[in-house]
Order: sequence, then C-alpha cells, then structure tokens
Amino acid sequence: MVLARLLLWVYNVEPMPPRVALFIPCFVDQLGPQVGQDMVRVLRRIGCEVDFPQEQTCCGQPAFNTGYWADAAPLAEHFLKVFTSAEVIVCPSGSCTTMVRNFYPELLRGSPLRAEAAALGQRVFEFSEFLVRVANVKDVGACFPHRVTYHDSCHTLRELRLREEPRELLRHVRGLELVEMPCSDECCGFGGTFSTKYGMISAAMGDGKAENIETSQAEFVTATDSSCLMHIEGILRRRKARARTIHLASILAQEAS
Amino acid sequence: MTTPAAQEFLRRAAEKSADLTHRQIIRRGIEHYDAAFHRGQARFLNWEAARQQCHEIKWEGVNHLDRYLLEFEKRVKERGGHVFWAADAEEARNYVASLAARHGVRRVVKSKSMVTEEIHLSPALEKMGIEVFETDLGEFIVQLRNEPPYHIVTPAMHLTRVQIAALFREKLGDVAGDDPPELVATARRALRRAFFSAEMGITGANFLVADAGLIAITTNEGNARLCVSLPRIHVAVTGIEKVIPRLQDLAVLWPTLATSGTGQAITTYNTLVGGPRRPGEPDGPEEFHVVLLDNGRSELLADVEQRDVLYCIRCGACLNACPVFRNVGGHTYGTTYQGPIGSVLTPHLRGLAEFEHLSYASSLCGACTSVCPVKIELHHHLLHTRRNAVRAGTRPFGERLAFRAWRWAMLGAGRFELFGRVARALLRAAYALGLEGSVLDPMRPWTRNRAAPPIPRASFRELWRKANGRN
Repeated sequence: MVLARLLLWVYNVEPMPPRVALFIPCFVDQLGPQVGQDMVRVLRRIGCEVDFPQEQTCCGQPAFNTGYWADAAPLAEHFLKVFTSAEVIVCPSGSCTTMVRNFYPELLRGSPLRAEAAALGQRVFEFSEFLVRVANVKDVGACFPHRVTYHDSCHTLRELRLREEPRELLRHVRGLELVEMPCSDECCGFGGTFSTKYGMISAAMGDGKAENIETSQAEFVTATDSSCLMHIEGILRRRKARARTIHLASILAQEAS
Repeated sequence: MTTPAAQEFLRRAAEKSADLTHRQIIRRGIEHYDAAFHRGQARFLNWEAARQQCHEIKWEGVNHLDRYLLEFEKRVKERGGHVFWAADAEEARNYVASLAARHGVRRVVKSKSMVTEEIHLSPALEKMGIEVFETDLGEFIVQLRNEPPYHIVTPAMHLTRVQIAALFREKLGDVAGDDPPELVATARRALRRAFFSAEMGITGANFLVADAGLIAITTNEGNARLCVSLPRIHVAVTGIEKVIPRLQDLAVLWPTLATSGTGQAITTYNTLVGGPRRPGEPDGPEEFHVVLLDNGRSELLADVEQRDVLYCIRCGACLNACPVFRNVGGHTYGTTYQGPIGSVLTPHLRGLAEFEHLSYASSLCGACTSVCPVKIELHHHLLHTRRNAVRAGTRPFGERLAFRAWRWAMLGAGRFELFGRVARALLRAAYALGLEGSVLDPMRPWTRNRAAPPIPRASFRELWRKANGRN
C-alpha cells in the first residue's frame, strides 16, 4: 500500500479518486437493495465519497440482449446523460458493467454519441475490479468466518476478463475459507430472458451448477452478479440444498463484531 | 411468430433437459474430452498464438475466396480432376446422382462429411436404388439407427456401448459381447465387404489447399483413405469456405484441429489427394471429382459482420463447451450443424425466420468463443442474429410491445420507481397468500423452474434517499 502510494507520487499520478458515482442495476435497485448498501459501506470504509445519481434506471441490457437494439439505444443515451460528469463509476454487476463498457460502443455505432460512450466505458468499473485495480485495495477489513466458493459469472470472466480480482479480495477476508468448486467458470444458466424463454434448459444448467457447489461443500456461493445469484439461490432452494448465495459486496461489508 | 421448427425445438429441449440418463452419458463423454483437450493445449508452446495464426489463415482464405478457389480449380484440372461448382444443395445432389447413374454405380462408400448431410445426399442416392455405406464408425452406427449424427465430430456420442452392441446384434447379427474391440471388429467386417465392392467413394474435405491443388482429409480410422483409393470414382463434396492458401498452413491447422476436435496431438490419418490415378500408380480412382458447394455461403460472405463464421473448421469444440448443447443434446437442434456454430450458421443456410429461435436458446455465456480455434465471435453473433430477427419483424407481437412499454417506463426514473413499487407490493401480497409457484404467481415463468427471491419492501433508491437525502 505504502509502496503503491509512493509509486503514484513518483510518477506524478493523482492518487485514487475519492469520489465515485454508484451505478446500481435496475434489478439490484428493486430486488437486492442490500447489495447496493453493502457496496456503499465498503466504498466508504476505504475512504471513498459516494454519490448516487438519482435519474439512473436501467442500462438497457435486457432489450439489447433480446435483439431490441432500437429500444436499448435510448436507454444508453439516458445513461450517458445521467453519468456524463461522473469521473469514476462503480457497479456491483459484471454484466451491467459489460453492457456499458463493451456493448454501448457497438449499440451506438453510427451515432454521434459513440465516442462519448467509448470514453465513458473506460470510467465504469465492476466493484471488485474497482477495489483491486483502481483503488489498489485487497484487504477491505472484512470478516466472514465461513467456507465460501466463488462462481465466475460469464460477463465478469469472459468479457471483463476478471478472474483473480474477486478471489484476491476473498482471500483477504478474515476467517473466510475459499474453496474452488469444479467448473467454476461454467455458466449457471441464468442468461437474462433465456431463464424464462427456455426455463427448462436454464434450470438444467442451474442443476449442474448446484451439484458443483454441493461438491465443494461450501456454506456460501458468491459472485459478482446478483442476477446469477438469484437464479442459483432459486435452484438451491428447490433442491433443499444447504448452501446459500451471497453477493461479493455483502461478504466484504461484514466486519468482526 | 412461432415456427414449427421452433416448437419442435422447445418440445425436444424440454424432454432432453429432464432426461438425467442422457445428461449423464453426455457429461461423461465431455469430461473425457475436456481432459484430453487440456492435455492437448498444454502441448502447444503457445496455444493462443496458434489460434491467432489459424484465424489469420482462414481470414486470408475467406477474404480472397475468389482467387484461391480458382487457383485450386486450375491445379486440380491440370491433374485431370473435375471441379463442379454447385450453387445449392439440389445442384450438388444432381451432379453426384447423374455421375453415379452414368457409371452404373450400385454401391457407395462414404467417409464422414457434414456437407453431404447438409445436402441430404445419401437419401437421394438410396432413392436411385444405390446402397450407401457410412464408413466412419460413429456414422455407421447412427446410419444403422436411421438417425442423423448427434454431433458434427462424434456422431454417436449419445450412445453407450451396451446400446451399440444391441444395435449390432439386431442389424448385423454376428456379435457376442459389448466389448469395444469386438464391436469395432464387427463393424470392420461389415465395412470391408463394402469397401471392396463399391464403385464410388464419397468424402468431404477438411481443407482445400489452393497452392497445391489438393484436398486434405482427416480421420482417425483410415476409412477416408480407403474411400479415395479403392473405388473407381472418388467424389469429394465440400463447402467453398474450406479453401486455404498454402500447403504449409496445414502445419498449424492440423494439430490445432486435432486438439480442438478430440485432444489429440495430431489426427491418426491425414490424407492429401488431388486427382485420378496416374499411369504407374498402384491405386487411386479412375475419376476424381470435387463438388464445391455454395448453398448460402456467398450470402454469408457478403455479411461483413458475420463473415468470420465461414472460418469454421468443424472441430466441434464449441459444441463440447456449450452448456446448452450438453443439456439438450445434438438432435434437439433439428439442424445439420448443432451447438453454437449451428445456431449461428443455420439461419444463414436455411432462413432467419425459421431458425432465429436457436439464437435465443443461449445464455450468451461465451464459452464457445473462448474455445474456438479460429476465434469466431460465436456468442456475439448470436446477439447479432437476435437483432437481425427483431429488425426483420418476425418476433412475436407481445414481445415487441413489451419492450416498447419497458423502454417508456425506463426512460423516467419516477416511472421506473412507481412501477417497481407497485410490482413489488403485488408480488409481496401474492407470496403472502402462498401463491408462489402456482398458476396465479405473477412471476410464474421464473418460479416454474426455481424459487422466487425474497421481495424487499424498499428499493435501493428509497433507502438511499432516507439515509442521504435527495442530494
């Protein structure tokens, strides 16, 4: 930490920006507000000033992924307007971060806003990515004395290419035993509208994931996306499995009592 | 609009996803493959560099298709071979059929070829009274069962050796146990007779080598080698996208194909042929024909966005990596090419309106793209296909309306909050009444297959305002 600060000073780089804007995905806002609150708690603990632009709604991914690009584009434009002055944007979802960073430029191809979207994409970070790569923090002072396994959400792993960052954070949590499940990088089967359009395939994939979680004998499965976790939790409950899901932010928010 | 193909897919997918025996057989097969594939990758000094090189070779071939195909044709003709350009499946079928008729062919031996499946060549020949023998063991098995290949590389991966032994006992009669060597010997006895009496051998081609004017065929059983050397006539039926510029390109394509296909360092038999038997040669056909099939490929070439789909070398890696394929199985697709590559390719070959549903039957996880040895952006193309389907106006009216309404609601934070609050209140009330999972559950499409999440009383933005004010 000290060395990192020293390097920043030597190379005359501004230290970590203390002010971050929250990008809370629509389903986290509606169905998992705790995840947003836990992320805020961790960000404040490491010294960030946190701001929540109230006009934000949805990044447009559901429409984009279903092929309705004409309906997704106005939401991308709305997003750009809401976050135009934000220097650093942090999101508790690898999937929604991917939408903004990787897919907005393609969605807005031919639009005068494309360049702005590409630039904004470089300022949006998935939560674990922000902590490890931008804020340069691996130990957020969390304590969670449980056996935990990490599920690689597809967008986080294969679009944002984050494999080690979330694990690095988990390894620094006091009392936490990180165990790998078989095929942690295999899709859980959520897939947005796929989960209802082809519910039976989605559930079969979820079953495979649940079996792997059970093999790991973890008490908790964690990930960077509430959407995957909501699906996995639903499958685990139907199977009457012992393991529960918890978002990475919620683990990192736990402190020793 | 729900097409018959889409309904059939949905029905079979539901059936197979619930079939635990099927799931177990496929899982075991693919675990085997995965282990071999990883060992194979580790043999490369730099696997990623090999993928990039294969990508660039295919890029060059496909982007200069005109030049390389003509070069290939010229060299084959110089050696006395015939090249036929087939615009569609019918032209290709007719060419082979009239060739067979002209030579009075009664028996054909075939080595594995997905292009001949694509154009339904065997049924056409059989209708003429010709006996057609699939000589690849897996293909031979599915032919005996009267079903299409389950997988582009391992056509009988859905069957256990017990099932295969029972099949052989029923159809061939001379097998005692279900010991694999014995089963192979039984098939071999049946096939050797066919090899020695067939007048025509039909093969596919893995690559068309432009600068050498040769076709490259890869098998593990050596059956293609017999198909090209024993019968009087050899016909290779292949897609125009198989052309590669140089013979030396095989130095990287062969091992990469082998590793991606089966995890082998190199496939057992790699054969290069390019013309009829020359004077003094001990074997080889009297006539050599190559059928170059277009069948929609030129249109795909014209689609700049998805052109790279033509780079595909049919290794099957994307099928093995695909969690959807593993759960629904190859026959569910109802297409010649299954899995991610099939879901991207089929709308181009057989029509977007009828096969757009395949692009939706994916969680877009990207596992396919991460293993593709020629680096086709498969899962992004599934997205493009969905967009093309919406633009073509073939999606259901209800869905179009829903997204329009959703867009309107999401364009105002106030509207979004209000709708969210109403929906949550409704769900909380329904679940308090114990309606979760019932037909009255508003989240029925979700809860049909998994439990509902707890519905929170307040949204994040409400909680934020309470704690931090409206700032």
